[in-house]
Amino acid sequence: MFEDATLADKVTLVTGAGSGIGRASALAFAQARAKVVACDVDCKSGLETARLIRDAGGEALFVQADVSKSSDVEEMVRLTVAEFGRLDVAHNNAGVEPANASILDSSEEDWDRVVDINLKGVWLSMKHEIPAMLEQGGGSIVNTSSTVGQLGQSNMAAYVASKHGVIGLTRAVALEFVDAGIRVNAVCPAVVATSMFERFTRGDDDAASTLISSLPMKRLIQPQEVADSVLWLSSDKAAYLNGHALVIDGGLSIQ
Amino acid sequence: MNSLDGKIAFVTGGGSGIGRAAALAFAGRGAKLVVADVDIEGGQETLRLIELSGGEAVFAACDVGEAASVEAAIDRCVEVYGRMDCAFNNAGILGDMSLMADGTEENFDRIMRVNLKGVWLSMKYEIPQMLRQGGGVIVNTASNAGMTGTPELAAYSATKGGVVQLTRSAALEYARSNIRINAVCPGLISTPMVAQQAIDYPDAVANFTELEPIGRMGRPEEIAEAVVWLCSDAASFVTGHPMAVDGGILA
Repeated sequence: MFEDATLADKVTLVTGAGSGIGRASALAFAQARAKVVACDVDCKSGLETARLIRDAGGEALFVQADVSKSSDVEEMVRLTVAEFGRLDVAHNNAGVEPANASILDSSEEDWDRVVDINLKGVWLSMKHEIPAMLEQGGGSIVNTSSTVGQLGQSNMAAYVASKHGVIGLTRAVALEFVDAGIRVNAVCPAVVATSMFERFTRGDDDAASTLISSLPMKRLIQPQEVADSVLWLSSDKAAYLNGHALVIDGGLSIQ
Repeated sequence: MNSLDGKIAFVTGGGSGIGRAAALAFAGRGAKLVVADVDIEGGQETLRLIELSGGEAVFAACDVGEAASVEAAIDRCVEVYGRMDCAFNNAGILGDMSLMADGTEENFDRIMRVNLKGVWLSMKYEIPQMLRQGGGVIVNTASNAGMTGTPELAAYSATKGGVVQLTRSAALEYARSNIRINAVCPGLISTPMVAQQAIDYPDAVANFTELEPIGRMGRPEEIAEAVVWLCSDAASFVTGHPMAVDGGILA
């Protein structure tokens, strides 16, 4: 666990906070005494994350938001500033996986859904978060990409393309606001032990163990391990990191 | 947070710049360490600064380009502290600036010996100790120049690119042995090495600064923070990664 006084009282927004990496990140920020706005399109799980934070003595607000909808994202940032007066840190993490299929068998609807949430969602989030950060003189953004933001992977082209795009957005926007004190970085986890992984392997133990045995460390990443990276990147300890895609994959992408 | 409480660290090039900042950061997080440097005076000064801050360290004179010297420094760490949890292989030089066709063989050999063979030798002797004790973490100092081409610093750039590849290969070899191996890629940092470069090649260093999107040079402490973080359990799944700490140069 990464604890750092520089995150105390920081107002932090996490999208996709209802599960997996987003929930771990929201809880970790709260544990570092940041104020957390937990956003998710799914009310039940997002509210649960906020409840877990409050039960542990932290401050949290749940906001329902579909990150692919401009009006939702605008409202998410507006509510954050209305509730806590500012926005210091954003972890743009909401993402979905496509149906596991070849490009030939994939539907256009599935492509649109994945790209709208994973890529346009990050674009919209930054577009609305940055003005709030500019107003207060700085901030820090971390976007969730993936190991497949830099590598290919069969039967999930939309996901791979969207995560490559997240790195592109991160690098481009990182260069636009350096003078304004806004850093933008990305995390690139490999296979994380989340409900997304379970959906991906469809409860097939053989598929899961084949996948795990292809990893150099022979285990899945725990969501907490991604959260640890996100917190550190967000903090002033990482003040000289900008436009960087931090790979958290136990060596998978360098084989 | 003393996330390295009770750990034993080893830092090469600990007598100045990034190495000194990292040595102080390790001590500040509760680690005891061996400060290794070929520069005895600089190393002793780092030791003094650590002791002033309430930390504990010993000095080992070490030429990282010489196997026996590296082995002796690592032996000293194990002899004094019984183990080596974190190694920061950081000793490096910038060498002469010149166009490729004007570079001297002497400069090439010297920079390869320190920057690349030095990291290879260091890992060669650190890893057996880490295997014996059941694990460890290594961070090597590469550079943004190890990820892109660098006009007038071809040999330097080659050594740093080599450090990244040594890091990746070794990381894969020991991923299952609980040894994580990463690199930091500093941008333009305010160190004595760069200050000397600014004296020797004033025009070139002015250009370097323009390369920094963030509009300033980095501080050695900012690299040190990345090093201690990579060494901490927070980075437990990060291995083989060249971490850019460069204000956005590589973006």
